[in-house]
Amino acid sequence: MESVNSPANTGPRKTPLNALHRRLGAKMVNFGGWDMPVEYPSSGGLVAEHHAVRNSVGIFDVSHMGDIRIRRSNKSGGALEAAQYLTMNDASKLALGQAQYSAMLYPQGTFVDDVIVHRLGEDDYLLVINAGTREKDINWVRQNTSKFNCMVEDLSDIYTQLAIQGPRAIDVLSKLTDANLGAVKNYWFTHGTVCGLANTLIARTGYTGEDGFEIYIPADVTTSERVWIAVIEAGKEFGIVPCGLGARNTLRLESKMALYEHEISDTINVWEAGLDRYCKMEKGDFLGRTALEKARAASLPRTLVGLEMVERGIARDGYRCVDQSGEVVGVVTSGSPSPTLRKNIALAYVPPALSALGTSIYVEIRSQKCKAQVVATPFYKRIRKAIAP
Amino acid sequence: MAYPTQYRYTKEHEWIDAKGDLATIGITDYAQHELGDVVFVELPAAGSKLVKGKTFSSVESVKAVSEIYAPANGEVVETNATLQSKPESINNDPHGAGWLVKINLSNASELSSLMDAAAYEAYIAEKQKEASA
Repeated sequence: MESVNSPANTGPRKTPLNALHRRLGAKMVNFGGWDMPVEYPSSGGLVAEHHAVRNSVGIFDVSHMGDIRIRRSNKSGGALEAAQYLTMNDASKLALGQAQYSAMLYPQGTFVDDVIVHRLGEDDYLLVINAGTREKDINWVRQNTSKFNCMVEDLSDIYTQLAIQGPRAIDVLSKLTDANLGAVKNYWFTHGTVCGLANTLIARTGYTGEDGFEIYIPADVTTSERVWIAVIEAGKEFGIVPCGLGARNTLRLESKMALYEHEISDTINVWEAGLDRYCKMEKGDFLGRTALEKARAASLPRTLVGLEMVERGIARDGYRCVDQSGEVVGVVTSGSPSPTLRKNIALAYVPPALSALGTSIYVEIRSQKCKAQVVATPFYKRIRKAIAP
Repeated sequence: MAYPTQYRYTKEHEWIDAKGDLATIGITDYAQHELGDVVFVELPAAGSKLVKGKTFSSVESVKAVSEIYAPANGEVVETNATLQSKPESINNDPHGAGWLVKINLSNASELSSLMDAAAYEAYIAEKQKEASA
């Protein structure tokens, strides 16, 4: 198998599709130690890519994401117990073929990483993790599962992960697989033949707030490029475009999906991040639970809110939030123009007293105070098709 | 896109076009391409002073903020008001309709230290080679 990341290579890591991105003329950036496409001028750039996903379909290379499999080592295995201890959502509720948004926490109730937990089989789980935290995550999982009767495998380098996202994603992918995608519900997955590759994991998941699928294929360059090109061909009639991390960021921000080191980190806890509904305190013991119990009884120092700029100006990651008198009250975790809403939006941590909808908050933009107001989130929510009676 | 031969260029990718003491300033085609779709432009007020090498404006795309540096000393006599409603002019016509400010040069001879079009094109060719390496 060709490897694009031989140990002798220094510098940023590359996905198996790196050469293809460069051939397409993508603008590349270093993202969490990975050389990744940020936008494709040939697709029309970030804004065109964003609209393609909202209105039709786009394809993303997300092979930099990591994958950790936890499964039983013998018949009386403890993979579920390990997953329950490691993650905050209730993995025991997962049916075969189902996935859930969750997170791994430090004992302090803050974030190691957010993850998607897939139940692959009987006592067999796949955790999909972030790129920038891969090594930390795998070490964390190994350290904290040694007391359970399970095996931990790092599968990050064996998969090329493609995200096909947008309302027409199902039409595109259906042309390339025998799997009945219509029967796969949101946050469920199936296995099927995709472009001749048998037993491919096909999950109805994504990071765009739109319908879509993520597929996991072998990580060799030839196969990865062949499948990418097949998806592009199949998607031509729907106007599919390659999409980079720039559009991925605006799409996830509009949908208020957390980004590690921004909305969640090792200093932010679950309650502050507002991820309560994915944290199941009643399921039994898990890492972080004791601290979260205490934190729940105390008052929160800060909470995550959505902001919309009222005055001219774009709030950016790391800009300070101030009150009318200029006193610093918080910080922007992510901020950008929203291509869908055509407004400048942001997520920010502020004191709960300033979190009510309509509250005026100011963002310091190059030493100027720019007025913003707290708005409802997510900023964008897709309209789901009504279920036929 | 061709780089006008009468303009002078900076390493930070601004252009300046002087006619006597009056000069127009903008960002280059290379700069707008690197930045992507421009969505917001902040300009100085007429009458404010530009100091060579210091920032006087910022141009923002969806993903990034780019500071713009003054290619020469001078005083702003006019700003491109159309950029507020049509920031995309910077992408569509960076060397023309996408201009940022007009200034009265303090010393027109300062421009001789800047690159001409041929030198600038060689400079960005080198940059592009680095990026694709």
